[in-house]
Amino acid sequence: MAGLPRDLWKAQEQIRGYAADYGLDFFETIFVLVDYQKMNEIAAYGGYPTRYPHWRFGMEYERLSKSYAYGLHKIYEMVINNDPCYAYLLEGNNFVDQKMVMAHVYGHCDFFKNNFWFSSTNRKMMDEMANHAARIQSYVDKHGHEEVEEFIDVCLSLDNLIDYHAPFIKRQREATDDEGAPAPEVPKIKAKSYMDEYINPKEFIDAQKKKLEEEAAKKKRFPEEPVHDVMSFLLQHAPLERWQRTTLSIIREEAYYFAPQMMTKIMNEGWASYWHSTIMTQKALQASEVIDYADHHSGTMASSPGQLNPYKVGIELFRDIEERWNTGKFGPEWEQCGSLVERENWDRRLGLGREKIFEVRRIYNDITFLDTFLTPEFCIEHKLFTFDFNKKSNNWEIASREFRKIKDKLLASLTNFGQPYIYVEDGNYENRGELLLAHRHEGVDLRLDYARDVMKNIQILWKRPVNLRTTVDSKHKLLTHDGHKFTDRTVPN
Amino acid sequence: MDYSDRSRQKIGIQRIEQDRARFRGIVRGRIRKNLKKYISQGELIGKKGKDLVTIPIPQVDIPHFRFGQQQMGGVGQGDGEVGDSLGQGPQQPGQGQAGDTPGEHQLEVEVSLDELAEILGEELELPKIEPKGKSRIETSKERYTGIKRTGPESLRHFKRTFKAALRRQLSVGDYNPDDPLILPVQEDKRYRSWKIEAMPESNAVIIYMMDVSGSMGEEQKEIVRIESFWIDTWLRSQYKGIVTRYVIHDATAKEVDRHTFFHTRESGGTMISSAYKLCAEMIEAEYPAAEWNIYPFHFSDGDNWSVDDTTLCMQLLNERILPNSNMFCYGQVESPYGSGQFIKDLREHFHATDEVVTSEIKNKDAIMGSIKDFLGKGK
Repeated sequence: MAGLPRDLWKAQEQIRGYAADYGLDFFETIFVLVDYQKMNEIAAYGGYPTRYPHWRFGMEYERLSKSYAYGLHKIYEMVINNDPCYAYLLEGNNFVDQKMVMAHVYGHCDFFKNNFWFSSTNRKMMDEMANHAARIQSYVDKHGHEEVEEFIDVCLSLDNLIDYHAPFIKRQREATDDEGAPAPEVPKIKAKSYMDEYINPKEFIDAQKKKLEEEAAKKKRFPEEPVHDVMSFLLQHAPLERWQRTTLSIIREEAYYFAPQMMTKIMNEGWASYWHSTIMTQKALQASEVIDYADHHSGTMASSPGQLNPYKVGIELFRDIEERWNTGKFGPEWEQCGSLVERENWDRRLGLGREKIFEVRRIYNDITFLDTFLTPEFCIEHKLFTFDFNKKSNNWEIASREFRKIKDKLLASLTNFGQPYIYVEDGNYENRGELLLAHRHEGVDLRLDYARDVMKNIQILWKRPVNLRTTVDSKHKLLTHDGHKFTDRTVPN
Repeated sequence: MDYSDRSRQKIGIQRIEQDRARFRGIVRGRIRKNLKKYISQGELIGKKGKDLVTIPIPQVDIPHFRFGQQQMGGVGQGDGEVGDSLGQGPQQPGQGQAGDTPGEHQLEVEVSLDELAEILGEELELPKIEPKGKSRIETSKERYTGIKRTGPESLRHFKRTFKAALRRQLSVGDYNPDDPLILPVQEDKRYRSWKIEAMPESNAVIIYMMDVSGSMGEEQKEIVRIESFWIDTWLRSQYKGIVTRYVIHDATAKEVDRHTFFHTRESGGTMISSAYKLCAEMIEAEYPAAEWNIYPFHFSDGDNWSVDDTTLCMQLLNERILPNSNMFCYGQVESPYGSGQFIKDLREHFHATDEVVTSEIKNKDAIMGSIKDFLGKGK
């Protein structure tokens, strides 16, 4: 695409220099200047110039265009995780806004490149997305728009049923060929013969035997272990046509690609905001631009009562960490200090802050970030609270300002992205080839009408009836969709 | 920009337009009917503040396994005591969702009524209405708007004067509860005062007629309410002053105020002619066709008492209503009890006439389409 106009190009050079001087380490970043129409279009496509044909992009486009037209909001900045990084600037923005966006973008790029959770994402996603688009377009040409789109809808309704940690852990054991191997010996604790009786008493041997038998029984089960990545299970085992299999795998791949961005939303935005604010206020800002910058920056940081602004929480936490590590407010000495006065004036002059936040951006994700660095002082200073629905008054109400509760609620809302834990338990349920899914109930029921429709979609892939074990109003339920109708019955635990 | 980039961009634009067209097709129920139920349309209008309204933009939600909302709650930021309200349910406040997945939120736009009419016009591609009649005259009129301390005795405000006198006597201790004698002096006296206001000559009248016979249920009335609100909003944006009249009918017709119009439920038979007769009388008596833009709207479930009455209706329309009106709009609400015959009769009789617009309103989602049927002609 066309290069940037000269003034923006110069600004980019300058800001890139500042960013590098601060130690940010990013992929080469290509800025593209686009008008609002193009911006809305790219944003609707999730940052990419080409995606496969699907109505939901059209919906997003419509929403963005309308809210732009009605003056509700506009997108200032967009950046995608790719090597090189692509970032889009909105034509006609203030010069100072463009500079701020650039500084912000360099923050994101550094994060993409260095944060551990992004390490397994495809850095050539720009090309990959285009490939996906071409592939699905060819299916559309062959099988018709209706059929393919309908199938994509089915896949999309499962796209949260992936294992967000799978890229980092080996979940499945290597398949070993144990045909003809001797029956495994009951494991014993090594002991001298005269001690054997005492060290390996009969009860222990029996327990070990039972364990072995259980292991053997497990092997007969399918799948051997519950599978959290339902999409992958279906991909491997559902009777699908070839184009369907490919489509499903495309949707799954894209879901995995976007997952780290959701896993690090607070950190990523916080980090980028930290850097745009640092670079702008310390280096790049002209005196005449201060008001515009302050206005825009505070707009980005604004929060409304029912909402936690990830930009705000993120930047403040990074600043808090920096301050704590600069002054030495960490470690056992700090933890144990009971004197308020002493805590107030605590300063060990360590100056480790910058170094610490760089380390934090490398290895943490939102959950571990908040778990480690959210402090009671922070909650008080930033007026955090939990809210709940009060059925009596039909109102959302502030429920608590206690640190423990705030932290629990925050972590709970981030765990598995605040989505229910669903896994495949049995691929041959009742020995009838039915699928059994289970919902690990953690205190909150599923939304049933949606659950029903998702089950129907899974049934379309699996072809045989699909069951889901869950808990509704504290009763254990088995929901079943056989392709025609939906049934539910209460089952003993 | 080299050639390949340019062509890619062009394809890109086509693509998004294609996706958009499909999305619109889904919203309008033309394609992918199975997705229809996921459209979050909600109320078409919700009043907020004085004259701000919200219009939700339709969103189609792909089902996922997710939590039932009411039990969830979350974390927020800001002032307030424990127990303070953050907003009425059931929509959970805030909690923006990021990433690629479409969020559960429904976009609400707050706009003023004027803007709303404009948006409505744009959305439905409504043409600007060409008003007929010569008089877009503004006349001046005196209106009593306030109270003054001086004025002619004939305009003395008795209650206010009495109150002022009472207050004065109480404060100086002249008031005796056993002998409550109030004597106003000059300074107590209050007079009505008036202002001369430029009153735009109203030159459009909407006459809403609704069938309130036993078969029109709450849901049907709700549809009429929403639809007439939108029609009202649009016509108001087109005419400076507008008069609305409300007529309800079962076997007999009567004029009522707005509140009654939407809240009565009569039961009984249906003689549509009764309403048309009243409407015709109203027009003839009060709204000379040369100066007024007249819009009769009639909503019913299409059930009429007898064929004879239907014939009478057609006659009334033909001879007394249509010659005077800009157009006559008939909206038929679907009801489990009605036969829905009337719309067919109308269509049969007036298929050659532009002035009669008929529309079937199956459910709330059909309201938009129906408004377009009515107002799309630009009369």
